[in-house]
Order: sequence, then C-alpha cells, then structure tokens
Amino acid sequence: MFDFLDGYDLLGAFWVTVKLTLYSAAGSLIWGTILAGMRVSPVPVMRVFSTAYVNVVRNTPLTIVLLFTSLGLNQTMGVKLFGGSSDDVNFQLAVLGLTLYTATFVCESLRAGINTVPVGQAEAARALGLSFTQVLTLVVLPQAFRAVVAPLANVLIALTKNSTIAAAISVAEASALMKTMMENETDSITLVFAVFAFGFIVLTLPVGLLLGWVSKRVAVKR
Amino acid sequence: MSEVSVTKDAVEKTGELVALTGVNKHFGALHVLQDVNLSIARGEVVVVIGPSGSGKSTLCRTINRLETIDAGTITIDGNPLPQEGRELARLRADVGMVFQSFNLFAHKTVLQNVMLGQLKVRKTDKKAAEEKARALLDRVGVGTQADKYPSQLSGGQQQRVAIARALAMDPKVMLFDEPTSALDPEMINEVLDVMQQLAREGMTMVVVTHEMGFARSAANRVVFMADGRILEEAPPEQFFSNPRSDRAKDFLSKILHH
Ligand SMILES: Nc1ncnc2c1ncn2[C@@H]1O[C@H](COP(=O)(O)OP(=O)(O)OP(=O)(O)O)[C@@H](O)[C@H]1O
Ligand SMILES: [Mg+2]
Repeated sequence: MFDFLDGYDLLGAFWVTVKLTLYSAAGSLIWGTILAGMRVSPVPVMRVFSTAYVNVVRNTPLTIVLLFTSLGLNQTMGVKLFGGSSDDVNFQLAVLGLTLYTATFVCESLRAGINTVPVGQAEAARALGLSFTQVLTLVVLPQAFRAVVAPLANVLIALTKNSTIAAAISVAEASALMKTMMENETDSITLVFAVFAFGFIVLTLPVGLLLGWVSKRVAVKR
Repeated sequence: MSEVSVTKDAVEKTGELVALTGVNKHFGALHVLQDVNLSIARGEVVVVIGPSGSGKSTLCRTINRLETIDAGTITIDGNPLPQEGRELARLRADVGMVFQSFNLFAHKTVLQNVMLGQLKVRKTDKKAAEEKARALLDRVGVGTQADKYPSQLSGGQQQRVAIARALAMDPKVMLFDEPTSALDPEMINEVLDVMQQLAREGMTMVVVTHEMGFARSAANRVVFMADGRILEEAPPEQFFSNPRSDRAKDFLSKILHH
C-alpha cells in the first residue's frame, strides 16, 4: 500500500524540517527576547525600533520575508552568511528569515508575560540596587517566560508548519518533497497528503503536550 | 514605656544621614509633595503618618528615587541622589526598602531572595552570601523556611523575609512603607517586633505606618503629613498628647478611636 514511498528520502526531508525548526526556534527565542527587552527599556530609541520592527515584520507575509532574504540579501546584496554549497546557503537564509519573522511572535508573547509580573517585583529588584539589565534578566524575564510557556508552544508549532514555506527558496524540506511526490505519484495523491500531514502531527503534537506539561510545572505561584 | 525610651535614646544620633530640601513632586496636575523639608539623623527612627493620599508613600519612594522629583534636593550621607544609572543603583543598595505587599521574588526561594542582592550587587561570594542570608533569616525568625517559596509562607513570614532581604545589603537607612497594612492582625506583632529590635540596634529608619503603638515606643520623631505637606514634626509623646494642627487632631481622633 505504501509502495509509492519507495525511492524517496522521506526521513531525510523531515530531518531538514526538524533542523530548520530547531535552528529558527533558537534564533527567534534569542532575538525575540532581545526585542522584548528593548520594548520595555528606558531608552526611547530602543523602544521605537522594537515597536516598529515588530509591527512591520509581523504583518509581512512570511513568503515575502523569505524571498527578501533570498533575493534581496543574498542575490542582490551578496550576503552569504556562513557560506557553503548553494543548498547550505539557502538553508541558512531560510533560518534567518524564519527567525526574523518568528521573533516578532516570541516578543509579543513575552511582552504579555512581562505584563503578568507585578510591578512590585521590578521595584523590589531596583530597590536592591540591581541595574536595568539585571532586573530584566534576573527577576522579570524568568517570571515572564514561566507565564508564557503555553503561548510559546503555539509559536513553536506555527514555526514548524511555517518552515514549509522555505520550499519557496529551494530548501529541500518535507513539503518540497511532497510536491515532487505529488507530481510523480498521481495515483496516490491522497495518501501522499496523509503521510505528510501525519509527519507534521508527529512533530508538533508531542511538542504541544510536553510544553503544556512544562507550563504547569514551572508556573510561578503568587 | 520609660524603659523603651531609655533604650532608644541610648543610641547615639550623630549627623544628618538623609536630607530633603524643598522637594516638590507632581503626578500630572496633582501636587503630591509640596516644599517638603525633612532631615533625618543617623540612628534616628522617624514615623510618618497622615491621611490616605497625603503623599506618605511618595515621600518614602523619592528617598531611593523609585519616584523622581520635580524640584528640590535629596541627599543621602551628604551625596545628592544621582540620575538613573550605575551611580543610582549603588546608592539604592545603601537604602533598604520594605513594601506593603512584601514583593518577594516569586520564582526564587526565601534563601535565594536574601542572597540575590549580595551576589549581584555586592558581588559577595556564594558561601559568604549564604551564611549571611541564613543568619539574617534566623534573626527575623524564619530560618526554618529558607528553602520554601514565598507563596508557601504566611504574610508575616514573608514580610520578615523582606526585611532580611533588605538588611542583607547592609543599608545605611531602611524605608518601610506600611509594612503591616497587608497583614492579618495576628501577624502584625511579629513584624513590629523585628522592627523594634532594629530600632534598638540603632538602624536609621523611616516608617510609614498606622501602628501608633510602634510610633510611641520606637520613634524618635513623628512626622504628620496632609495634602502633600509636612504639617507637624514632634517627638511621639508630644505629638500624641498635644497635636498642634487641626488636621492632626482630627486625624488622631479618627484613628485612636478605632
Ligand atoms: N503613580 C501615580 N500616578 C498618579 N497619581 C499617583 C501615583 N501614585 C500616587 N498618586 C496619587 O498621589 C497622591 C499621594 O499618593 P501616596 O500613595 O503617596 O499617598 P499615601 O499617603 O501613601 O496614601 P495611603 O495612606 O493611601 O497609602 C494620591 O492622591 C495618589 O492617588
Ligand atoms: Mg501609601
């Protein structure tokens, strides 16, 4: 029944999806946290930059962000990132685009998390003589993160699925393979669909369940 | 009563530690501090009282610049309050603050709460910080709770931890903003006892409170505020038995008959 799978590197394609997701998740967690920090910083320039960045990038279709990294940064401006073969460069550009885009959602989730931390927490930290950065990294963000594990899980699941758009800049991830298979295996199109949908559920369902459990474990009691 | 006043006067009060001169502060159109002048000597315990909204909390918070001021000067140990930044952080470390709502760091254990400032601001090494934290927790009577989280403690215990957290910085002066107002009645005394002890040991303290018993027994001076002004300053015996302003008489008649 699954003969149509012969000759295709299904696991390989999904492995690219996993790598794409993990690198972008790490990148957007870091960049999103920095953006959230800038958003609440006492320096007006940083607040303005972060607000503008989030509003512009969040509202731009991901396809355009990815095409911008590929056509704009790479082909027009010659940005090669870490270099390597053209496949490598495309992969890196996709990670960059997904990071730039997903970071805005991380930032917004975190900002909601920061709002759940009572102002008294930051005041007590300032009163001890901690600097702004210390107040943020030692007191506010740790509590904010604990409050938004569940929303961040949603961002991660969306990122996993959004990674399929990297096919637009020729990254050989799962959906790219699906497209090839649909062209070749015209008899089994529905099954091809089902196999790939199942593959994504296998990736995302455990993430949701695991982080849901983590979310309850780490919740701050007040 | 007389015994307490002997001990409190036994502490030598030398030199000015905190000085507010011509301090003005607005919240929008609201003039919350109006030409406030206040001088606090080393080792002195000043209790600030007054009706709700008179600016007591604001006054307290300007002393470590949690609130900025519009005009006037505030000096601590002779140094004017610096602008925001590293200097200000250093100064804040020398001014302990205890809040009405405790504000213990909810994601850290009691012990970690008392160690954080030592580690990150004073750069004390971990072992010394932990020893000091445990000693302070013992001193305020919550040594056995060191490994719990704040939410697992009663209000009175949390407030005593908050006092220990402030003391861990070896502050020159301690500010208390209604430290017992959020507590159930049976827990008020355990916190006041710790504060009494601090006062006896010579800590310089500014205490906003409605606990007149504490004011009588521990304060060197009572400052009465109304509508953003200091209307009266007097030793507690004199203030309670013979208030001069009508506002103070009115205020005292209301709270003392409760
Ligand atoms: N952040 C703020 N923004 C605007 N107005 C404020 C702010 N904080 C305090 N106020 C106002 O300033 C006035 C003085 O407030 P403050 O908290 O200093 O009074 P208080 O004497 O401590 O009163 P209470 O006994 O109720 O604690 C009040 O009218 C209050 O509503
Ligand atoms: Mg107040």
